[in-house]
Amino acid sequence: MLPASDLSMFLVPLAPFLVAIVAPWAVRFVGGHSGWLLGLVPAAMFIQLLALVPTIADGNTFSVAQVWVASATPAPINFSLYFDGLSLTFGLLISGIGTFIVIYSGGYLAGHRHQGRFMAFMLMFMGSMMGLVLADSIITLFVFWELTAVTSFLLIGFDHRRQAARRGAIQALVITGGGGLAMLAGLIILAYTAGTWDISQMLSQPGKVQAAAVYPIIFLLVLAGAFTKSAQVPFHFWLPNAMEAPTPVSAYLHSATMVKAGVYLLARMHPVLGGTTLWSLVLPVFGGATLLTGAIMALRHTDMKQMLAYTTMGTLGMLVMLLGVGSKLAITAAMVFLIAHSFYKGALFMVAGTIDHATGTREITQLSGLRGKMPITFAAAALAAFSMAGLPFALGYFAKEEIYLLLDPAYSGAGAGPWMNTAIVMVAFLGNALMLAAGAAIAIKPFFGPLAKTPLAPHEGALALVGGSLILGVLGFGVGFYIAEFGDIFLSPAVTAVAGVSAAVKLETFKLVWLPALLSLATWILGAVFFIYLDRIRTFLRRVAKVWSWGPDQGFDQAMGGLIRFSALFTRVFHHGKLDLYITLIFSAFAAAILLPMAALNLWPAMPHWPQLSFYEWGIMAIAVVGLAAVILGSSRLVAIVSLGIQGFAVAIIFMLFGAPDLAFTQFMVETLSVVILALVMTRLHLDQHDNRMFERVVRDGAVALACGFAVTAFLFVVLQTELDSRLSEFFALNSSPLAHGKNIVNVILVDFRALDTLGEIAVVMTAGIAILALIRMRAGGRKTGVGAIKKTAQSTRKPGPVKRGTRLKSAERTG
Amino acid sequence: MEFALATLVGLFVATAVYLLLSRSMIRMLLGVAILGNAVNLLIFTVGRLTREVPPIVPPGESAPLEAVANPLPQALILTAIVIGFSMFAYLLVLAFRSYEELNADNTDTMRLAEPEDSPRPPLSY
Repeated sequence: MLPASDLSMFLVPLAPFLVAIVAPWAVRFVGGHSGWLLGLVPAAMFIQLLALVPTIADGNTFSVAQVWVASATPAPINFSLYFDGLSLTFGLLISGIGTFIVIYSGGYLAGHRHQGRFMAFMLMFMGSMMGLVLADSIITLFVFWELTAVTSFLLIGFDHRRQAARRGAIQALVITGGGGLAMLAGLIILAYTAGTWDISQMLSQPGKVQAAAVYPIIFLLVLAGAFTKSAQVPFHFWLPNAMEAPTPVSAYLHSATMVKAGVYLLARMHPVLGGTTLWSLVLPVFGGATLLTGAIMALRHTDMKQMLAYTTMGTLGMLVMLLGVGSKLAITAAMVFLIAHSFYKGALFMVAGTIDHATGTREITQLSGLRGKMPITFAAAALAAFSMAGLPFALGYFAKEEIYLLLDPAYSGAGAGPWMNTAIVMVAFLGNALMLAAGAAIAIKPFFGPLAKTPLAPHEGALALVGGSLILGVLGFGVGFYIAEFGDIFLSPAVTAVAGVSAAVKLETFKLVWLPALLSLATWILGAVFFIYLDRIRTFLRRVAKVWSWGPDQGFDQAMGGLIRFSALFTRVFHHGKLDLYITLIFSAFAAAILLPMAALNLWPAMPHWPQLSFYEWGIMAIAVVGLAAVILGSSRLVAIVSLGIQGFAVAIIFMLFGAPDLAFTQFMVETLSVVILALVMTRLHLDQHDNRMFERVVRDGAVALACGFAVTAFLFVVLQTELDSRLSEFFALNSSPLAHGKNIVNVILVDFRALDTLGEIAVVMTAGIAILALIRMRAGGRKTGVGAIKKTAQSTRKPGPVKRGTRLKSAERTG
Repeated sequence: MEFALATLVGLFVATAVYLLLSRSMIRMLLGVAILGNAVNLLIFTVGRLTREVPPIVPPGESAPLEAVANPLPQALILTAIVIGFSMFAYLLVLAFRSYEELNADNTDTMRLAEPEDSPRPPLSY
């Protein structure tokens, strides 16, 4: 069965978005029970994906596609989904755990006034995450990738009244969004290198990208996206801060899904980008560093969610490290570990939330003896912790065994050399022991010993709160008994997809290889030692933290503060509020934009011949120049206004002389009106009579003005020395009489050929008229006065000015 | 003869820019009016000049018999003059009203939209 054209598969990532629209109403009608109702959506997605399991388990893959950008190069961009072992495994995890999380959210936030909003965000995130892992074309992948960043921003900052939540949200968005942009650049180069936008087609040509010259650039850019998303050192700091989110968010985004997106990307790209020296060097180094940092930091904290966040970070480091090794065994180990971790970490987060909900605190130092009060929660926590510790038959056990098998040359096969494998196993061993101690502290400490006094009286959580964690805990433990079938159905296709070659995973429930078994034993012993001395270790780590206080987290604050300060400085320098300087800048740029290219490319116009003009043409031009000079040099405002009329009338006469009588008449009227209105309005204001610029400003402004004038003239010379394309004018001249039955060609153009222009012009005039009316009628203090009342209001609202006021007003009244 | 007018356009532009660079609103208004004329002349010049023959079809003919002035720039300028005038009228009233409200003609003292002591942006989240 290959439902290649079955577009209903698109519903899997898109349905949550559709339901998110109505989620607030669902919450309004059924309140806290909305979790059960909305949980049907991920459950349906899960079932739809589950139906594909037989197809995929048989070794088939398929994609569904809709053309999105047909004209794109080097190949059309599709909106497409790809189903293989890897995407199906992730899809099942997302929808399966998502079902529990949605139900859990219904109970956790019951009665919260913004629960509807929360549910909508959660569903949108679910759809984004589902789209991310199912995407075939890398543009589809990128869109969903960024959508997870946006929706996680909304979820982390859900409690937006707290500054810490806002900071966590912004930090997560900046770090993962920035990484996503780097990744986009990498993906585009990748698409051009591979010649296709579809991952499925890239997978079918292994070795092509690795051999390309741009491979290191692609690798580093894609890595930037994966490392920021999956919280690898040094981008890890956003993950603990994201714990400001409500617990369902932490359980879902920050353990099972979003933080694994980076790991998913690396796994997905392993056949395309992996197998190189660069890959097998960079990934283990950063992954190992992240593992140890996360595992150690987890012991420093006492807040359960912080501890879980750091162990999650350690796990992500482990997964990246294993993918870096890239051998079939390492990939198998990574896949088992990934699934096991999703089960137990999701369960533990939900347990932490339930305890928080029931007791009012998440501090493990304040919690003890809850065993009797919260038995079901305890059972779920214990089951999850068994898997986390890797006790036999739990899924975590097999993950650990596979990792430790890397030491045995009989199993490790090709891949990194023996030294590399030994180093990786040692790092994994230490990390496992540390995380085991942290897991024990979370799952054992709150439940044993005498009952401690907590802010709230502890009580067992409702079914919605404990059900999911219990089922996940049981699953993490129960799968171990069917590990052979699990390996055949789920792991083999997934490992095949990551390794790029067909790989059959054979896991056995009762398999004893001495070396890993001994290492497992050592892990438990060392973990127990760490757990017993936990308080001392924590004290020591906190002392170190006091001495070594600077980290990337503080660096982020400094960078953001610096950015704000820089933008403030930039604004002060360029947005200073001095209009004349703005205009100076604008006109300098105008002159430079014309003159600099001319100078650089030597496009200066040829010097034209002395023009043959009759004496009256020279005369009228001289009058225009005199008018201009008088406007500038005029001793009083009135002289300047009247001189404005001189140049305007000169322009009108020029129009008249060169065959444009219509223009001339309009110009005469407009200039007359302008001068009369200007004189009427402006002479009643007691303004400075003179243009009193300082000499330096006269020089500066004059230089800018002359540069602009020179630029325009030079530009016009260039234009005039080219041929005029007069096709349009000839068309108008020839057709104005036959087509439009008008003899005046200019008028025909205005009212017929380009009548819409004229309509626009009328609209402009009308708008200006309305605006003028509004300006005149609108007065501060609510006084409504009409046009006729300007004079009175102008007098009464004006404050006494420095100039002799009485005479000025009298003359204004006389003119009016 | 286009080149003479081109030089004149340059002078118009220079005058307009010089006036616009003043801090006094009324001179800026004069600058706007002159800049409008400069642009109109520029369009007129670019369309090439023809002496004393308006683009009119003689009676009984279907097209002009001799070379006439270019009608296209004239149509554009006619629109531009009217729009330029409405804008000028609007700016004039705006200047008048802002003078009434703010009691100032100098643009440096009109800091309503961009106050001198605008607050620094907050440095927290």
